[in-house]
Amino acid sequence: MTQQLIFYPLLLQMLLAILLMFFWRKINIQRVISMLGSIVHLAVSIGVFAYVWNNGTQTVQAGSWEAPFGITFVADTFAMTMVLLTSIAGLAVSIFSSGSVIGDRLRFGYFPIFHFLLLGLTGAFLTGDIFNLYVWFEIIIISSFVLITIGGEKAQLEGAVKYFTLNFLASMIFLTAIAVLYGLTGSLNMADLANKVAAVENRALVEITAILFLIGFGIKSAIFPLYFWLPASYHTPPSAVSAIFGGLLTKVGVYALIRVFTLIFVGDVFLDQILLVLAIFTLFSGALGALVQNNIRKVFSYLIICHIGYMIIGLGMFTEVAIAGTIFYLVHDIVVKTNLFMISGLVYRIKGSNSMRALGGFYANYPMLSLLMFIPLFSLVGIPPLSGFWPKISLITASFDSESYWSLAAIIFASFITLVVIAKLWAEVFWKDATEIPERPKFRYYHKIKNIKKVQIIVPIVFLSLVSLYIGFGAEHIQTLSTRIASELMDNQQYIDAVLNPQITK
Amino acid sequence: MKTLILKTASNYLLPVLLVFSVFILLRGHYLPGGGFVGGLIAAIAFVLHAFANGLDNTKGLLRFHPGFLMPIGLGLAFLSGLAPVLGLDDPFMTGLWFPDPFPVIGNVGSALFFDIGVYLVVVGVTLTIIFTISESA
Repeated sequence: MTQQLIFYPLLLQMLLAILLMFFWRKINIQRVISMLGSIVHLAVSIGVFAYVWNNGTQTVQAGSWEAPFGITFVADTFAMTMVLLTSIAGLAVSIFSSGSVIGDRLRFGYFPIFHFLLLGLTGAFLTGDIFNLYVWFEIIIISSFVLITIGGEKAQLEGAVKYFTLNFLASMIFLTAIAVLYGLTGSLNMADLANKVAAVENRALVEITAILFLIGFGIKSAIFPLYFWLPASYHTPPSAVSAIFGGLLTKVGVYALIRVFTLIFVGDVFLDQILLVLAIFTLFSGALGALVQNNIRKVFSYLIICHIGYMIIGLGMFTEVAIAGTIFYLVHDIVVKTNLFMISGLVYRIKGSNSMRALGGFYANYPMLSLLMFIPLFSLVGIPPLSGFWPKISLITASFDSESYWSLAAIIFASFITLVVIAKLWAEVFWKDATEIPERPKFRYYHKIKNIKKVQIIVPIVFLSLVSLYIGFGAEHIQTLSTRIASELMDNQQYIDAVLNPQITK
Repeated sequence: MKTLILKTASNYLLPVLLVFSVFILLRGHYLPGGGFVGGLIAAIAFVLHAFANGLDNTKGLLRFHPGFLMPIGLGLAFLSGLAPVLGLDDPFMTGLWFPDPFPVIGNVGSALFFDIGVYLVVVGVTLTIIFTISESA
C-alpha cells in the first residue's frame, strides 16, 4: 500500500466531500464529519510528509499509464509541505466554520464545497501534469465561487462578480499558455516539458509562453498590477471563507509560479528580471494600500498582496538562499494569514464591526484574547523571534549576494510599512478607549452565543497561533526544510528523474 | 403546455428515451457516447415529461429529490477508482476488467462503473438545476 501513499490525502478529501453531500441538510452531522475528517487528514498528511522526508520524492502514475503519457502525481518535499499546510489550515477553518458560519449558509452545502476546495488545493500541489494542474485550478475556483457567494448578500455578490471575472480570465490565459506549450513540445507532463522546453530553438516563443503563464498565475496570486480583484472581494464573504481564501488561494498561485519557473522555464535572465520588478512593485503597492484602509479585513487583504511580493522577489533572485527564503515565507504566511482572517471574524463577532475607527478598548476588556491576537499580528510584522522575521534574513542576505539593492530597499520598506500598519491597528483596536457602537438587533454577538461555539471560534485561533510560535521558535527546523526544498527546486534534474526514470532513483 | 399530443407522446417517450440513454451510456467506451451524454438524454426525458404533465407529476414519478443522485453518482465513480487501490494495490483509477465479455453488454470493467457514476451525477445536477429554475419562475 505504501506505493500509493501520496494519493491518500487526495482520496480522503474526496471521500469527505462525497460523504458530506449525503448529509446535505443535516448540518450538525456535517460539522462533526468535517472536523473529524480534517483531523484524520492532518494525521495522514503528517504521515505522508514523514515518508517523503525520509525516502525522497515519490511518484505514482494515475491509472497505471506510463509517464509521460499518463497523469503523474509527484510528491516531493515542496508539494508535501504545501499539502501539510493545507491540512493544518483546513482543520483550523473547519472548526472555525462550525462555530462562526450561520446555519442558513451551512444548509446550502457549505461543508461539502469547502472540502471540494481543499481537494482541489491538495490535487494542485500533488499533480505533475500541467493540464491536470489546470483541472485542479478549475475545481478550486468553482468551489470558491460557491463559497464566496453563499448567503447571497448584496456586497458579497458584488465582490464575487469581480472575483469571478478576473479568475475566469486568468484560467483562460493559463489554458492558452498550456495550448501554446503543447503546440511547441507535444507534451503536458511537467518533467517531460522541462526536458523538451530546454531543447526548443525558438526562445522568443518560449518566453512569450512563460509570460502567459506569469499573467495567468499572476492574477491568481495577486501580484502587481493584477491584484485589484483581491481587496475588492476578500472582505465580503464570512470570515471563515476569507480565512481559507487568504491563507491558501493566492498561495496556490505562488506555488504554481514557483513550480513552473523552477522546473520548466529555468535560467532565463529576462524572466527573472520581470519577476523581480513585479515583486518590488507588489511590495510597494500592497504596503501603501494597507496604509490607507480602515476596514480590518481590507487591511489584511492588502497585506496579502504586499507579502506575496516577498515570495516572488525570492523567485526573481533565483539563488538557493533566496528560494529558501521564499519557501520559509510561504510556510509562515499561510498559517498567519489564515489566522488573521479568523481573528477579524472574532473581532466582528465581539463588536459587530470591522472598522478600525469604530473599534477600541479590546485590551482593557479582553486582555487574554488580546494577548492571543498579539501573536499572529506581530508574527506578521516579523518581530524577532516571531515567525515573520526569519525568512527575511534569507531574502536580505540573498539580495546582498546578488547586489540587487532595489529589492533590498523594497523588502525593508515593506517590512517597515507592515509594522506601521499593524502598530496603527493595535493602537486603534486594542489601546484606544472603547467607543459606543450602536447595538445591532438580531446580530449574534460573541457574548450571546453558546459556549460550545465560543470554543469552536477560539480553539482554531489558539491552534494556529501555536503553529506560528513553533515556526518562530523552531525556526531551525523550518529553515532546514526550506533549504532542502530550495536545493531540490534548484536541481530540477532530480524531479525529472523521479518522474521519467523512477527505477534509477528508487 | 396543454396539448394532448405532447402529453400522450411524452408518456411513451419517457421510457424510450431512458432506454436510449442507457444504450448511449453502454456504447460509450470505444464509440461516441458515454455517461455524460447518456445522463443528459435521461435528464431530457424527465424534462419533456415535466413540460407535458407539469412539474409535480414528474416529481411524483421520481419519488426522491434528483439532487440525491449527485452524491450516489460521485460515490460510485469514487469507488470504481478506489477498487484497484484496495483490491490489487494498483494506482488509483487503474482499469480492472472481467476477462470474458458479457452477453449484450460486452466487456465490463471498472470504467463502466465510473461512467454510470458520471451518468447519475449528470442526471442529478441537470434535473436539480432545471427543477429549481422552473419552480422559482
